[in-house]
Amino acid sequence: MIISDLNIILPEIILSVYAMLALVGAVYTAKDELATTLCWLTSILFAIVAFWISSDSASAQTAFNGMFIDDGFARFAKVVILLSAAAVLVMSVDYMRRRDLMKFEYPILIVLAVVGMMMMVSSGNLMSLYMGLELQSLSLYVVASFRRDSVKSTEAGMKYFVLGALSSGLLLYGASLVYGYTGSTDFATIIQVAGHGGSIGLMIGLVLVIAGLAFKVSAVPFHMWTPDVYEGSPTPVTAFFATAPKVAAMALFARVMHDAFGNAKADWQQVIVLISLLSMFLGAVAAIGQTNIKRLMAYSSIAHMGYALMGLAAGTAYGVEAMLMYMTFYVIMNTGTFAFIMTMEKDSQPVTDIQSLNLLAKTKPGKALAVMLLMVSLAGIPGTIGFFGKLYVLQAAYGAGLLWLAIAGVIASVIGAYYYLRIIYLMWFGSEQDEALDDYSTPMLTAFVSVSAIATVVGIVNFFGLKGAAIAAAAALVQ
Amino acid sequence: MSVMAFAFYLFALCTIAGGLFTVISRNPVHSVLWLILAFLSSAGLFVLLGAEFVAMLLIIVYVGAVAVLFLFVVMMLDIDFAALKAEMAQYLPLALLIGVILLMQLAMAFGAWDFAEHAQDHLGAPTPSDAHNTEALGLILYDQYFLLFQLAGLILLVAMVGAIVLTLRHRKDVKRQNVLAQMYRDPATAMELKDVKPGQGL
Repeated sequence: MIISDLNIILPEIILSVYAMLALVGAVYTAKDELATTLCWLTSILFAIVAFWISSDSASAQTAFNGMFIDDGFARFAKVVILLSAAAVLVMSVDYMRRRDLMKFEYPILIVLAVVGMMMMVSSGNLMSLYMGLELQSLSLYVVASFRRDSVKSTEAGMKYFVLGALSSGLLLYGASLVYGYTGSTDFATIIQVAGHGGSIGLMIGLVLVIAGLAFKVSAVPFHMWTPDVYEGSPTPVTAFFATAPKVAAMALFARVMHDAFGNAKADWQQVIVLISLLSMFLGAVAAIGQTNIKRLMAYSSIAHMGYALMGLAAGTAYGVEAMLMYMTFYVIMNTGTFAFIMTMEKDSQPVTDIQSLNLLAKTKPGKALAVMLLMVSLAGIPGTIGFFGKLYVLQAAYGAGLLWLAIAGVIASVIGAYYYLRIIYLMWFGSEQDEALDDYSTPMLTAFVSVSAIATVVGIVNFFGLKGAAIAAAAALVQ
Repeated sequence: MSVMAFAFYLFALCTIAGGLFTVISRNPVHSVLWLILAFLSSAGLFVLLGAEFVAMLLIIVYVGAVAVLFLFVVMMLDIDFAALKAEMAQYLPLALLIGVILLMQLAMAFGAWDFAEHAQDHLGAPTPSDAHNTEALGLILYDQYFLLFQLAGLILLVAMVGAIVLTLRHRKDVKRQNVLAQMYRDPATAMELKDVKPGQGL
């Protein structure tokens, strides 16, 4: 029994063993000089494991008495998580080295965070959910304050840690109430017991679990940490926050709602509709006044989480499929955008003020064009994958009878388009300024910016063949 | 009154008295000692419940480690407890509110809580009769919850790595003892013999 269980979690075992070996290896040999090599090795390993998982076509199976679920949905999410983490690690090498932040613990903490995320999306039990979540969060708190001589970075880590602990507390309290009502922490058992119109204790437990998860996806009203953490963390770490953990938390959200509370859909649907609506509007409105591009991306991510939650709020297989597509597109667009933010430098110092983008198109038309495509796609303007991502979630909401939510989503996206378009406006028609950005980039960052910019347009041809995979993944989750 | 009931009331009274005096005693060292009494008597209550493993944990972890740590902090750090006490009066309403909430939760748990119809069937099995509860916990922890146990280990590893990476500073200006370098010194490099001629300085 134990052998077959271990076989199912082999990818996670390999990654954890790699992390421990790398840790010991680096401590006893060259230490920080190994960091760059480790980053590359880790990325390659992530890519190999992603390829391996994606080629696995076995039917759904569980391990450790249902604590770990390996199904199509988990595999889809894991592949997206692994590939985005690999991309961000490769992107961050140059930045971290130039800022003297390249410690060998960085790739190792990222590996452990990824192991946590893989546990999250595969969890089949409230306890394994919590363990995965904490493994992920704890690693992220540390990398958030990685630039420890900067007050902002330390503050970001501290704030993230304290609020994260609070949200974990909410989640645990909710989980204990759910356990108190159903008598089990196992999703397969909870779904049999927890039906619609259950006791008030179950309802409170469900809402508290949702609150804890909403914190992790930074949905309103649990979004307060996002702008500060995004701003304070080193840019590669912010790029990481904006991609893999978001996918993992969203997939976990879908997993808990459908696998554990699938029979109480009417109860959670209204809560998720509310937080989705609030996130979309707050993200769209609050970003307008931002002058720091990292804060702007934080509010943008809040708005995007609102749309992804709209797919979940639909409560259908199509909704989950739309959510998965949305998150994948979001990761592609964000990788490119953050690769661009990493190239923003003035006098060899990173700048994040969006005024520094003034008339970028004059000096670097190619870069400005790529960023324009990314912004257009983030805004969801037709002709880009961002538009199709939004279209799917709106369709899902409409299909589930939430027409008003879909209309609200369109309105919020029109409001939100303002700040994406403002960046484009600044780049092409902004006012003259004294100091332009340095002409700095590395081949790697240029490649990421241009590839993801091209992908936003070319992707609409067949969505990289993702649609079939997303349909299969959603079907695995929603029976 | 049976011995069990007598023991229960004794431990319960001690727990409450310990908790009360922890809060109201004037000397902080006495507070910590009262806290230890509260821990010890609640360990006694756990033994009465048949949970001897939890009782031992309470003594080893809370009395042995946490309370002693408190004691050191109280004795070694120069904290102005009078000022802290003065501030405490401000927070009294909040403390009362939390107390009321806790009471209400207890009332809910024992009075109004309703279980799902089949919840009793899903509950974890009670301690098997052929194993005492330390053994039973061990069986469940290393067998059924093996995965969670290992994950908890990984989480602790992350905590350790995090603490080191965020606080360790390699200071260049500190002179450290290098034992190997000392041991491998040899007279040829360490000293030089000069032949001083009579009547001349060096």
